[in-house]
Amino acid sequence: MKAIARKKKKRSVQDWILDSFIYVVLTVILLVCLYPIWYVIVCSFSNSSDVIQHTGLYLWPDSFNLEAYGKVFENTMVQRGFRNTLLILACSLPLNLILTLFCGYFMACKNMVFKKPIVFIMLFTMYFGGGMIPGYINMMELNLLDSMWSLVLPSAISIYNSIICKTAIEAIPESLSESAYIDGANDFQILVKIITPLIKPTLAVLLLYYLVGQWNSWFAASIYLKTESKLPLQNVLRYILMENSTTNLGEEYNEYAATIKYAIIVVSSLPIMCVYPFLQKYFTKGVMIGAVKG
Amino acid sequence: MNDKNKRRQAVSVKAEGRRARGMGSYLARDFKRNKLKYLMVIPILILLFLFCYRPMYGILIAFKRYRPVLGVWDSPWVGFQYFEQFFRDPYCWRLFRNTLSISGLSLLFEFPAPILLALLLNEVRSRKYKKVVQTVSYMPHFISTVVVCGMITTFCASDGLFNNIIETFGGTRSNLLLNKDLFYPIYVISDIWKGIGWDSIIYLAALSGIDQEQYEAARIDGANRLQQIFHITLPGILPTVSMLLILRIGSLLSVGYEKIILLYQPTTYEVADVISSYVYRRGLMGGEFSYGTAVGLFNSIVSIILLLTANKVSKKMGQSGLF
Repeated sequence: MKAIARKKKKRSVQDWILDSFIYVVLTVILLVCLYPIWYVIVCSFSNSSDVIQHTGLYLWPDSFNLEAYGKVFENTMVQRGFRNTLLILACSLPLNLILTLFCGYFMACKNMVFKKPIVFIMLFTMYFGGGMIPGYINMMELNLLDSMWSLVLPSAISIYNSIICKTAIEAIPESLSESAYIDGANDFQILVKIITPLIKPTLAVLLLYYLVGQWNSWFAASIYLKTESKLPLQNVLRYILMENSTTNLGEEYNEYAATIKYAIIVVSSLPIMCVYPFLQKYFTKGVMIGAVKG
Repeated sequence: MNDKNKRRQAVSVKAEGRRARGMGSYLARDFKRNKLKYLMVIPILILLFLFCYRPMYGILIAFKRYRPVLGVWDSPWVGFQYFEQFFRDPYCWRLFRNTLSISGLSLLFEFPAPILLALLLNEVRSRKYKKVVQTVSYMPHFISTVVVCGMITTFCASDGLFNNIIETFGGTRSNLLLNKDLFYPIYVISDIWKGIGWDSIIYLAALSGIDQEQYEAARIDGANRLQQIFHITLPGILPTVSMLLILRIGSLLSVGYEKIILLYQPTTYEVADVISSYVYRRGLMGGEFSYGTAVGLFNSIVSIILLLTANKVSKKMGQSGLF
């Protein structure tokens, strides 16, 4: 009896050490992940002079100041960036959704003569591409340079996301669409009325992936678009954050130079930060499927 | 049973159709039955043709002296001239060294980080705390590359956050991004920060697939938790780890250009310029389209060979391969 008790105690001591070690390490990771973001937020609410003069860790605004945000929202470049990005999203997201559904439905179908070669044509693009310069020449030849469509069309369909969609469709019992088929529904009706409502969570995650991808992309716009007024938000951010400068914004911004960058970061990242936690529980599935296929 | 019968019937109907009216009408029937499905896939195929397959055809210019007025097809052939030019390029060695350094360091530090995080998360008993850590660590994944690089630039500036910390510990202020020795640490650490949470998802999924009975059996046999981790958990995620490792090795030569282009400065080209950023700067910005394409093509061919080799080695060692 005693021996068992001692063993139990020993084990629980060991457990306790392991547990506290795990919690300490995880808390450190948590803080390291969080602090840069927290710092940006704190700075965006501060006075410029506080941010410049402060040394060491900055944990709470020395004085609360919203003017940087006011300046960001007033700025025409930022406004235009937001407008362009929203316009691009308004064109691309519906297209993404429809085409991904179509592609997923096609991949999930059986008994079709040309399915295999068509799916091969799709999958091949996942492994091999033309590269940066042939892509650029292609856009030039298609006369799409300097047009918003050069950003929308190439990313209109992601085969990777379609595979996730296909797997979700395959999980639906076949008898459902079969009985609808017998009742005289065609493929479009089955897709819209039966399949789409059943795979809503997957579609929401895919929509998030497309949204994040389009919202965060900047490289394509930087090489395909020439007119400054057409640039999406990320490219405006690049001007302001990287090519240092708030001087690009105009002289009246110098006073806020130190805080305005932080305010811009918060404003441009906030929309997505608000969406993803709601879809978090569905992430695992998509990642798993993607890994198996890709 | 019923299902099987139906399938058999369908097959026999198909076979009959083929015999009776030949291949042509068989295809016609297929088209008629699946008309809408083929209709759905047409826009996708058009898009893939326009934006994936046409650029692949454009690779031809690596073997031609491309002139925009003539187009891809009519430009004169030059054979392997641009590939030879690349090997004689004084920057060639530097590009390979930098590309391999960056991806080697990523492999060493970035690759194990999410595995460790997943293992730690797996041992946490409080579901709430686990969820909090997950949510927070996913956050950087959703921040755009431009913003991440903007944050790095601002933090590394001589009046930025990092210099504040350095000064507190008695160091002197300097712009860290202009320092050649610090480019790799900055690059790798920020990558880990951005990716550790998101990349751990796949390992967490693999962990949740491990049979819980194994742990119970081990506990009864008197294994402590560390032993359980080493003998059940780690072998349980090994297939996932090896699969992702193959992919990593396959992409040893393809360091992404986005972050490099945003972060490097002429003073750090010496260590930061990689093949893809060189293709961008010299080929696209400098207008040497054919040369840039040749360099890019060489890069992707070597990458494919690396991927296939890694896959084969992994299969030889008894692990599951990709294909």
